[in-house]
Amino acid sequence: MAVLARTPRAPLEYSRTLWMRLWVGAVMVFLYAPLVVLMIFSFNDSKRNVVWRGFTTKYYEKALDNNQLVEALVNSLTIAALATVVSLVLGAVAAVMLWRFRFPFKSAVDGTISLPIIVPEICLGVAFLMFFAAIDWPNDLVWPFNLGAITIAHITFCFPFVTMVVRSRLASFNREQEEAAKDLGASEWQVFRDVLIPHMKPALVAGALLSFTLSLDDFVITYFTSGPDTITFPVKVYSMVRFSVTPEVNAASTLLIILTVVLTFIALKAQGVKAIAETH
Amino acid sequence: MTQPAKPIIQIQNVSKRFGKVTAVDNVSLDINAGEFFVLLGPSGCGKTTLLRMIAGFELPSEGQILIDGQNMAGIPPNKRPVNMVFQSYAVFPHMSVADNVAYGLKIAGVKGGEVRDRVAEALELVKLGGFEGRMPDQMSGGQRQRVALARSLVMRPKVLLLDEPLSALDAKLRAQMQFELSELQEKVGITFVTVTHDQDEALSMACRIAVINKGDVAQLATPSDLYEYPANRFVADFVGSVNIFEGKLTLDEPDKAAVDCPGLGKVYLNHGVTGPHGADVWVALRPEKIYLHVPGAGKAVRAAAEDAPDGHNFARGTIRGMSYLGDITLFEIELESGARIRVSRPNLSRHDQEDFTWDDKVSMHWRADSPVVLLG
Repeated sequence: MAVLARTPRAPLEYSRTLWMRLWVGAVMVFLYAPLVVLMIFSFNDSKRNVVWRGFTTKYYEKALDNNQLVEALVNSLTIAALATVVSLVLGAVAAVMLWRFRFPFKSAVDGTISLPIIVPEICLGVAFLMFFAAIDWPNDLVWPFNLGAITIAHITFCFPFVTMVVRSRLASFNREQEEAAKDLGASEWQVFRDVLIPHMKPALVAGALLSFTLSLDDFVITYFTSGPDTITFPVKVYSMVRFSVTPEVNAASTLLIILTVVLTFIALKAQGVKAIAETH
Repeated sequence: MTQPAKPIIQIQNVSKRFGKVTAVDNVSLDINAGEFFVLLGPSGCGKTTLLRMIAGFELPSEGQILIDGQNMAGIPPNKRPVNMVFQSYAVFPHMSVADNVAYGLKIAGVKGGEVRDRVAEALELVKLGGFEGRMPDQMSGGQRQRVALARSLVMRPKVLLLDEPLSALDAKLRAQMQFELSELQEKVGITFVTVTHDQDEALSMACRIAVINKGDVAQLATPSDLYEYPANRFVADFVGSVNIFEGKLTLDEPDKAAVDCPGLGKVYLNHGVTGPHGADVWVALRPEKIYLHVPGAGKAVRAAAEDAPDGHNFARGTIRGMSYLGDITLFEIELESGARIRVSRPNLSRHDQEDFTWDDKVSMHWRADSPVVLLG
């Protein structure tokens, strides 16, 4: 069965069997074919974008010239950045608290903290709509304060993911390291800074990446919490598609994909390969 | 050890309870400055709890601990003049060797130049000179342990605490580290307090050993006293290998004593026991203190007594089990009473192990000062 077999295949070396390679190939096609099609058709020289009519980059120019689209992108990036920072702090603190301390109603807190992950997004969206209306959240603030409602909503569903990732990382922490630091004279704060945070680092990076991408591409909850002046990128793309699927939408989406891939790459690079291996 | 015996650690009536479990039960002992002290006991006996109370990671439920005359009550671990080497070594994985060793000094606010000198000195001491830039994951377990040692020693503590320091090392390395730790301790002159469940480790390194059983000190003695004069059955059995026979004390005078053991026969001693006459006692006899003979060829029916030198005890039996360990051979012998006794015999020549085989009738004898009579 083995392709290119110089040495005989070891019993668990499934990656060298033909059927496994075909299967992996099929999975790849299933996952990435739509994205590849989207990217290719962003260069399609056709207004209706159904049939290939030749190569052009004019829709990229058009997308970048579209002020509303660029504004939506800036909004999305701002919200994602803010939501990530706050979620990271909130989520990490919650994780450390649940891991380290005993306090009344701990199991209740533990259970409810992941609720935003479980509750259907549409329900959360409606809930936020009602909530912000009920408390009379001002919707005439200047940028970037007008993004407050969306940012708060995003933090709500982002930080449980951070908590989850950080907690599983903390489970592998050797408490003797904490004691060793204390034994060498470190205070609680110094232990936290010098020993615990470095241990959590890979999880913090993973949590930040999760939060950023979750926030960046959220549509449902954002749709319910955005106002006329606070359109985000996914919401804008949706409204563009409702008129017609032009290659401009493809171009904008391609730019977003490239942006997220580059950001992820930079974050992983900054961490070093070793730290990523540590998370497993 | 020529220093005057002055206690650096005084443990006074210390108890520790976890809920209903008493881990340490009213322990009092003094550890002298400059000595290599070992807490020896089976797992779960409370020895680690005792060590952690000295370090400050556990607080005594009762009693107090004094270090260098100062009561440690209310003093957190980061303010105590002791340092600890952890069982897992707890080397910080994200710091280089030099940063690991320098950590405590930096916290203490020692200046950069001095930090560098002291780190280099400490690494030299544990034979890790030149490893400054290595990361812990590029090192072996033994090397990581040396980092942990250097990290503690660099603080120049009054006492160094070691929690099962050799348990994670392989046999060869462990034997080597036993010597190195003793050597290191003499060189730096710091009091070492080590916890271990391994009697070889304890015997080879310690100045004095406290054997802990069920939260209490079963015996506190030098290694040779502990082995040759165990105070009770627990110590005799836990430290080294031993044959224990129950018996009655039938003769007890200042220069001789006798114990009647149903399993072993009458055992004579050339010293007094000072136990109550007729009391239930136990005779402990180490396997290596017993001489083993095949009754001379053609004289198989000869009395065992004829093989034994004057003043020796003797017994007869049949070999039921043998295990050849290279340097010694271990025999399990069925006595005439049906009881079994273990005898070890050094293989002084290459052919020694060929002298005996299964089901051989053998005679044994041992000196009158070899058995230990235990009252408890």
